[in-house]
Amino acid sequence: MMKKQAVIVGGGPAGLAAALRLREKGITDILILEREHLLGGILRQCIHDGFGLTRFGESLSGPEYAQRFINRVLEEGIECITDCTVLDITGDKVITAASRKQGLLQIQADAVLLTMGCRERTRGALATPGTRPAGIYTAGVAQNYINLQNIMVGHEVVILGSGDIGMIMARRMTLEGAHVKGVYEVQSYPSGLPRNIEQCLNDYGIPLHLSHTVVDIRGRERLTSVVVAQCDEHFRPIPGTEEEIPCDTLILSVGLIPENELSLAAGVELDARTRGAFVDENCQTSVPGIFAAGNVLHVHDLVDFVSLEAEALADSAAEYLLEGSLPECRLTVKAGNNVGHVIPQRISGIRPFTLSLRVRQPLSNVSIVVRQGEKEILRKKMRKALPAEMIQLPVRADKLNDSEDMEVFVE
Amino acid sequence: MKRTFTCIVCPNGCEIETEYEGTEVLSVTGNLCPKGRTYVTQELVDPRRTIATSVRVLNGTMPLTSVRLTSPVPKARIFDVMDEINRQTLTAPVRIGDVVIRNILGLNSDVIVTKNIDKA
Ligand code: SF4
Repeated sequence: MMKKQAVIVGGGPAGLAAALRLREKGITDILILEREHLLGGILRQCIHDGFGLTRFGESLSGPEYAQRFINRVLEEGIECITDCTVLDITGDKVITAASRKQGLLQIQADAVLLTMGCRERTRGALATPGTRPAGIYTAGVAQNYINLQNIMVGHEVVILGSGDIGMIMARRMTLEGAHVKGVYEVQSYPSGLPRNIEQCLNDYGIPLHLSHTVVDIRGRERLTSVVVAQCDEHFRPIPGTEEEIPCDTLILSVGLIPENELSLAAGVELDARTRGAFVDENCQTSVPGIFAAGNVLHVHDLVDFVSLEAEALADSAAEYLLEGSLPECRLTVKAGNNVGHVIPQRISGIRPFTLSLRVRQPLSNVSIVVRQGEKEILRKKMRKALPAEMIQLPVRADKLNDSEDMEVFVE
Repeated sequence: MKRTFTCIVCPNGCEIETEYEGTEVLSVTGNLCPKGRTYVTQELVDPRRTIATSVRVLNGTMPLTSVRLTSPVPKARIFDVMDEINRQTLTAPVRIGDVVIRNILGLNSDVIVTKNIDKA
């Protein structure tokens, strides 16, 4: 069996950034396994700009952002096997993978870095009634067809869900000559970023209908129309508000879910809130030596932060490999009032860390409060806090103690 | 007059309450940095956007490369710019930064390649 110090599962932005940081920290025996033919992950199809503003101070497209990391990975001679699908990971960190070139591989790793990213929720997850015609795509699949394969998916388009990729595809399809009739969002607030509402919808006169959903899908071979209806606060369609909209294409942008089949196989415990692993401040999962960062851990808005999180993971993984262990993290971090989730969920209380969270609903003039026992550790005032925007707060070690659990809440 | 702008310059997406007369900005609030005021001023005078799209590549490992503008063009010219870009065909290999169209339609913006495509 092949042996490696660190095996990185997924050669997207998280995996690439982690590999480079491991190398900087003196770890030489690294292997990246990538399912696709090329490195770069989802960034390869994200051709719009806006990537890298924080990291590089310029607005790059997804492929450019990825290439900067890929070039360095190649320069460093970090080993990558592409066209290679990981089939299984055990709790003892034995990885089984199927490679197009090398056949079935078995690798014993000292540390496993989970950087598989996320996947899209589909029509099945929504249980939308109606027929099953052609013409229904998730936003990312439409993006793949249009931006990578030169296949235009349709002409008269309805978009369900106001996720960022859906809005970006609304603009993209408009530029390619399609008529995007509207974006329908079941919640009473948008799920994507305000700047995308502005530059992808408003700029092109595409209406956004909040508190609306698709209640019927019609068509035999190809989609011919959808029926939309207004919804009440419990997301139930209001009878009498139905409207039939002729269209040949329905794009779904209804959420992303961390891709954790392999994590489960390894016995990694998942958090029902993030749908990603429970991790400590070292990005270490419940299985020692298995780490997770990026969208496989919790879905991010910006790739710049994925890269940063993956680098923090690599710092810890390098320490684990070089020192043999990491400080024990016995204290829990709880998501309190109006906080959707927190990362990490466990801390040591002796080291600084970055706290990531999302609020549950749009709020204005609130404070995010971090408390350990009765003691307030941190308080951040926010003029507005949106579920669409991940909040990240650095927590200093000198304020912490190593005996009390932590709670994060909105006040 | 009053209007709320969503600044698109960075992911913060500040909502900027603006008071203005014609194209003159009288006051702005809500922007986290000075770029917000510049953005609003530009929006009132001449709103500009960058675009990203794809261009056909012959003899490549992929059928398309992606391209973007190096600086924003007037919003009203976006579809003219798209038409011009759609007339292009490249031949592999293409490299990030290759200029596809210099100074497109005289708008002081170049169309550059954003993805490497190797020869098949
Ligand atoms: S005002 Fe400054 S911080 Fe706010 S969105 Fe614009 S550029 Fe970003």
